[in-house]
Amino acid sequence: MGLTSTSDGTTQIITVHSDRIDAAMAIQFKEDMRAETEACADRVVLDLSGVEFIDSSGLGAIVASMKQLGLNRKLDLAGPQPVVEKVFRLTRMDTVFNLFATLDDALSEPDR
Amino acid sequence: MEPICNATCLELSFPATETEASTGIAKLSAGLAKRGLPPHKADDVKIALAEAINNVVEHAYMDVAPAGVQVTCRLDRNRLDILISDTGHPLPGYEPPDGTPAPLGTRIRDLPEGGFGWFLIHQLTSDICYERRDGCNRLSLRFNFEEDG
Repeated sequence: MGLTSTSDGTTQIITVHSDRIDAAMAIQFKEDMRAETEACADRVVLDLSGVEFIDSSGLGAIVASMKQLGLNRKLDLAGPQPVVEKVFRLTRMDTVFNLFATLDDALSEPDR
Repeated sequence: MEPICNATCLELSFPATETEASTGIAKLSAGLAKRGLPPHKADDVKIALAEAINNVVEHAYMDVAPAGVQVTCRLDRNRLDILISDTGHPLPGYEPPDGTPAPLGTRIRDLPEGGFGWFLIHQLTSDICYERRDGCNRLSLRFNFEEDG
């Protein structure tokens, strides 16, 4: 489904190159995230700015990706478009994840 | 591809697979926008439509050969009605689930990875109607454009 990743050692930035994360690609997303996060950065920032749509299956895949990271690593989300932000807000998953308006915001507040 | 019954109707049928559903949902959203769906409702409609169609793909046709999903949209000045039909299994109890979401719990490992579909449909629609008729599921979703309309 297209993920690319850069890392400075402690923070890994994973960019989603798909306009949607939905039921048709949820399993692939989860698998790709597992492969991308095998390196040991303490913090993973998922750049969602290119994602124009997410459904509850896609949301579930992001939740599963966070669980895959284990207890000592965190997954933060950056750049959600309004529809993506809405799905997180309605399901109250915005209380579970840190959602940053932009990738720059996410990277300037690493300890949040 | 998109037979049009009049200026404010939109119909689309597609095989009940995840990939076809994904494409179908995108087509319907684009078609509704072109026909004048108010932009402030576009996200709500797309999310609810996707959840309802995904339910058909994942549950109605579970353990049976997937057939088609038919979606008929009727756009009026003050509201949008969407009828989703399929020939799969009926909804449990012949009624739409009440949509109570799974609790988030307190630990990351307990977080639910699903169970939000009906909750989102209830949150985003003004009215939900379901009937089973002649071996068909007919789920109607209504979206009023004005809160007090």
